[in-house]
Amino acid sequence: MRLTLEIWRQKNGSDPGRFVTYEVEANEHMSFLEMLDVLNQGLIAKGEEPVAFDNDCREGICGMCGFLIDGQAHGPNHPGTVCQLHMRFFHDGQKLRLEPWRAAAFPIVKDLVVNRSALDRIIAAGGYNSVRTGSAPEANAILINKNDSDQAMEAAACIGCGACVAACPNAAAALFTGAKITQLSLLPQGQPERYIRVINMAGQHESEGFGHCTSIGECQAVCPAGIKIEVIARMNKDFIRASLKRRETTPPATISKSGSPYA
Amino acid sequence: MSVAGTKSIETEAPQASPGALLAFWNNPIGKKALMSLTGIILSLYVFAHLLGNMQIYVGAEAINGYAHLLHKNLALLWTARVVLLAAVLVHALAGVQLYLNKANTRPVQYAERVNIISTTASRTMIWSGVLIFAFVIYHVLDLTVGVAHAGPYEDVMPYQNVLSGFRFLPAAIAYVVAMVGVGFHLWHGLYSLFQSLGMSHPRYTPMVQKGAAIVGTLVALANISVPIAVLTGLLR
Ligand code: HEM
Ligand code: SF4
Ligand code: FES
Repeated sequence: MRLTLEIWRQKNGSDPGRFVTYEVEANEHMSFLEMLDVLNQGLIAKGEEPVAFDNDCREGICGMCGFLIDGQAHGPNHPGTVCQLHMRFFHDGQKLRLEPWRAAAFPIVKDLVVNRSALDRIIAAGGYNSVRTGSAPEANAILINKNDSDQAMEAAACIGCGACVAACPNAAAALFTGAKITQLSLLPQGQPERYIRVINMAGQHESEGFGHCTSIGECQAVCPAGIKIEVIARMNKDFIRASLKRRETTPPATISKSGSPYA
Repeated sequence: MSVAGTKSIETEAPQASPGALLAFWNNPIGKKALMSLTGIILSLYVFAHLLGNMQIYVGAEAINGYAHLLHKNLALLWTARVVLLAAVLVHALAGVQLYLNKANTRPVQYAERVNIISTTASRTMIWSGVLIFAFVIYHVLDLTVGVAHAGPYEDVMPYQNVLSGFRFLPAAIAYVVAMVGVGFHLWHGLYSLFQSLGMSHPRYTPMVQKGAAIVGTLVALANISVPIAVLTGLLR
């Protein structure tokens, strides 16, 4: 199958960038990224700069890959990452537009690669989790309601790809942050720091320049991990409770963008 | 303290405390919670106002009597007005601030971004909101104060005022357009307010979402029926 690709090319953060059109010959058994590998081999052979895109596992679990295909984060087949998207979902002669995640909090590194360290800093802002160290605890010493553990596990499926930010009209990372809040707040082990954690993570989310949640649900429509916006409601509830209950008056300490391992 | 070869996590020194309420307002989650609470106040008013309005179909004595009842206790009347004014100002300020922030959160726009599941109502909240704001000012000047009234204005005589006002076609059209805005705003708002306050459940949320769409539509249609009834001569 022959495809026409309109790909966003941008040398670095200060280059304004533009779309460049390419033709590529692929077959339907390839994954989308393999199709781009073919394109890049051709570009290298011609002495041109290959298209930069992020990837690692190529099996939908690491969260490195992702860009918009024809206006949809991770392409038209949901839920799934772009590395798990196969060319059989497209047809011969199709024209596709590839665009990077666009958000102030995700500066473009090159072409389709963006810097998603802001998500790491939100997690880091959550801080530590108190656990008893020493000998391994008895496996069933802490009893957890099945429903809660299931929901915590579902939230923990978030791979940090950033598609939710990309699909949100306000570039909010609410689905991501909500998932990270939920996976701990539902478990007994997450209780000691539950309320300070939500204040700090929501504070970091804001200071990173992400937007607000307007409950329209575009994030959950593209999330490859199937995270639902119920996690955002959980985060909202914990944030409101924490704000009402807090005794200390210091505002959240935000993690600096330059002076951290997550630059 | 840092270990050789590693970088420690540095935090920016927290600034002076802005106070709990201001900190809540400054975080988008807190701001949305306040929008939700003020939205509830305004929605309850919209329902009450609609129920009051529907008495126009009972007759002139019913609705005029109701208006006189509301005007009997001026302290209560003004308390309600002040609460509503405060609610709408907080709500609108928050909504406009959040809307304006969109230019900061995504400074470079997409060439193309497809909406997959969001409703039209959810994507136009700022426009239905601005429409409501403009309409409320006009509406108060028209039927409460009377200075923007098309026909002869009579104090606390809503039946006569509604009839004389809506016989003027542009006034009726403005009213219908504004009510479509209210319907859309409620369509998404009545569902979103639960989400903003942290209430979501796989069993109830879909019902809330459908219910909000139905209630929004019914409120709009019921309000719109009044100018239609006047123009078609059903109310005379
Ligand atoms: C009758 C008057 C009004 C009612 C009943 C009402 C109700 C609501 C409700 C219930 C919400 C949902 C809140 C949430 O998501 O937590 C909402 C959202 C919103 N309202 Fe209103 N509202 C009214 C007037 C206004 C006005 C005058 C504006 C002025 C600009 C406005 C702008 C907005 C915006 C922009 C949102 C969406 C915020 C977002 O999530 O991005 N509304 N409204
Ligand atoms: S919530 Fe879903 S879309 Fe967002 S970062 Fe996690 S896996 Fe990606
Ligand atoms: S490359 Fe790991 S999820 Fe796509």
